[in-house]
Amino acid sequence: MSDALRIEGLCVTTAGGEPIVDDVALRVGGGEIVALVGESGSGKTTCGLAALGFARDGARIAAGSIHVGGRELLTLQERELRGVRGRHVSYVSQNPDAALNPAMRVGDHLRELLRAHGQPRTDAVVAGALERVHLPGERAFQRRYPHQLSGGQQQRLAIALALACGPTVAVMDEPTTGLDVVTQARILDEVKRLRDESDLGVLYISHDLAAVSSIADRIVVMYAGRIVEDGPAAPLLARPRHPYTRGLLASVPDHRAPRRLRGIAGAVAAVGERPAGCSFAPRCELATDACRAAVPPLRAVDATRSVRCIHTAEVPPPPAEPLPARAQIDGAAMLEVRDLHVAFGEGVVAAEHVSFAVARGECLALVGESGSGKTTIARCVAGLHAPDRGAIALDGAPLAALARGRTREQRRRLQIVFQNPFASLNPRERVVDGVARPLRELGGSRADALRAAHEMLERVRLPRGLAASRPAELSGGELQRVAIARGLVVDPELLLCDEITSALDVSVQAAVLDLLGELRAELGLTLLFITHDLGVVAAIADRVLVLRDGCVVEQGGVDAVVTAPAEQYTRTLVAAAPSVGG
Amino acid sequence: MAGVGRHSLRGLIARRIAITVGLLWIISLLVFAATQVLPGDTASAILGKTATPESLAQLRAQLGLDRPVTEQYLDWLGGVVSGDLGRSLAAGLPVGELIGDRVGATLVLAAVTLVLLVPIALALGVLSGMRRDGKLDQLVSWLTLAGVAVPEFVTGTLLALLLATWLGWLPAVSLIPPGESPLAHPQFMVLPVLTLLVAGLASTVRLVRVGVAEAAESGYTEMARLSGISERRVVRRWVLPNALAAGVQVIALTAQWLVGGIVIVEMVFQYPGVGQTLVQSVQSQDIPVVQAVALIIAAIYVLLNLLADVALVLLVPKLRTRR
Repeated sequence: MSDALRIEGLCVTTAGGEPIVDDVALRVGGGEIVALVGESGSGKTTCGLAALGFARDGARIAAGSIHVGGRELLTLQERELRGVRGRHVSYVSQNPDAALNPAMRVGDHLRELLRAHGQPRTDAVVAGALERVHLPGERAFQRRYPHQLSGGQQQRLAIALALACGPTVAVMDEPTTGLDVVTQARILDEVKRLRDESDLGVLYISHDLAAVSSIADRIVVMYAGRIVEDGPAAPLLARPRHPYTRGLLASVPDHRAPRRLRGIAGAVAAVGERPAGCSFAPRCELATDACRAAVPPLRAVDATRSVRCIHTAEVPPPPAEPLPARAQIDGAAMLEVRDLHVAFGEGVVAAEHVSFAVARGECLALVGESGSGKTTIARCVAGLHAPDRGAIALDGAPLAALARGRTREQRRRLQIVFQNPFASLNPRERVVDGVARPLRELGGSRADALRAAHEMLERVRLPRGLAASRPAELSGGELQRVAIARGLVVDPELLLCDEITSALDVSVQAAVLDLLGELRAELGLTLLFITHDLGVVAAIADRVLVLRDGCVVEQGGVDAVVTAPAEQYTRTLVAAAPSVGG
Repeated sequence: MAGVGRHSLRGLIARRIAITVGLLWIISLLVFAATQVLPGDTASAILGKTATPESLAQLRAQLGLDRPVTEQYLDWLGGVVSGDLGRSLAAGLPVGELIGDRVGATLVLAAVTLVLLVPIALALGVLSGMRRDGKLDQLVSWLTLAGVAVPEFVTGTLLALLLATWLGWLPAVSLIPPGESPLAHPQFMVLPVLTLLVAGLASTVRLVRVGVAEAAESGYTEMARLSGISERRVVRRWVLPNALAAGVQVIALTAQWLVGGIVIVEMVFQYPGVGQTLVQSVQSQDIPVVQAVALIIAAIYVLLNLLADVALVLLVPKLRTRR
């Protein structure tokens, strides 16, 4: 198998010379899918762009060599590079909505590309390129603009563009992030089929081990700009040899094999603040002084695998802790939602005949794709949106539609945490003041409120020194802890969590979910947990309600719904959700 | 925002036109009301110090000023709609005849400025926006900031000082003979046009630059470069169409500013345009002329707005097509 892409000794630095990516070597064979996996800040996108001889503003390729089908890119002039980009090596970006020109028609996107590389651009060629990724090739479709396509269609178009000139290798940077699971599964199948049909090499960049486990031939794990592990997919996932790979695996929620999630403590160091020695040492349980003294070399552990760890022999197999038993609660409903109807203008129905109850002490998950109405329902429960019809009751007492019509006590008992913690915290306020605010609103004194806020921040395990920081100084995971603390500081009985982990890296998500599980047990909390991720449901919820287009499709115990779904839609969802084991 | 389908595009434009007509009517009300509250009335302005109560009453009756205000307004509006703008009190001529040349002269000045300004603004905006913080961009930034900060009458005076007084290349004032087109006397137009260009370019370039830079730093432009599209083509097909939305609005704003804000420049160079007329007729309390000029300036404003709105909808696919 000849190499479609070979990267050696790649160093990308900031303008000031700080390494973003350090000494990366990668090979992608023809007809092979290599997954480049890492969390935010690992340098995986920088590597992917470098494969096209490209660095974003503020970065530059300082050293290394990049071969595409035997052509060295880094010695080429800009003009020659242009002839290679899009022709021999192509790129699919994470956000197709942003990558497509809003003022250009579908067909013109392809025609411009073919024109740039001197290839025929007849209607038939354009139609063929579209049909290859199962898009309609007809004229009417070619005349559409990107905003007239669905997210899945936009990503198919981006892939069609990447393949139009028959490249040797395609770099796909998180091509399914932001798509719902069913569309994601279809796109992944598409990538596999295209790889099989041609001799295309694919460098598939992702943060999601579960998603890549179904398509990757080989997996390369990056951490803080360096490759830490590299090997064939199945053995690497079964028995990781680097502590970070193991931590990542332990963090990935899996609806097929639910277990207790264990996050990785701490956060990845920013470019320019990376420690000497092994970058992962500050977060590693196996770290010794030797790890901190020098960067460990990437060493082969067998014929096909290499690992950058001096303690690789001591890395234990991934943990498989069972979940605490799911609560089986038949007691009286604490929160009851009856026959909720919400419609937005132009006949968009966000909720129709939605009825459910949450018993004291249980965690009910509302799961559905985007547009299923799950967030609207949560906003109605929180009193942020008035439903067109329907009743919401807390312990049998009816709640006013909007929060301002509810009593102070009712508002105290029901709190909400939002998806984006940065947007929901006041950027000019110390985080401890933000956490104290709800108490102040309920009439507490400043001193009492601050004391309670400090206690709660400790409870959510925010490092002590950070209480006086402003939101911009904290990481996403730290901010979400602050947001949870703010929800919990008034001692609520029901906590509404609206996609609270979807903006976080998996290792951070795992830590937040684990924390929430513990707080639930300690405080006797009841949770209404909104998510699109079945793996997350399996990790935290007792019961689940599946939503589609504003209607309840199915509800029941998590294990029953996930292992034996009764409805066709739920079956599709369960089958499409990625799983490392599956 | 929900887009509109092809069939409702006409409906949208019709709605805009209806709104524009309504706006113009409201403006006529405001203009009329404003001239009513000016201190003194037309009769006392005409008679001045020679006024006696009898002669005032007689003149008021003659001019119809003793009728109810609503009647006067309807009368005036009826005249405006049928093209009769009334009669100038100072000159005794029909207003239309009096200001026709002036409006023409102002429109010529605005049009010449705009024809020069748009390509220069686009070129400078694109060149500096494509390389944000580059040398050219920094230079343009400083120059345009200076242009925005200095008022037109200062720029105008400085230019006149330099080009007319010191170098003697151009006449300092634009003494165009009455009844002749300013285009027949280009030497009188250079200074006013230059002054307007300096002031107009400053804000226009800055706004075009922002639109261009936003498009140039977008994900789709990066994607085009990653696909091997040449830089020239990237600018033409990726950056410009997406910066156009900003451009159209900026140009409409500049054109509006030109028509309304030309007053000062006309005064500085004694250019015989509508702005100069407005100032003179306010001074002499020539109410019919003030009303006509104010209405014309407002109407041009509103029509330019209408044009910009329609152009925007036609240029931006997202506004034009259904999801």
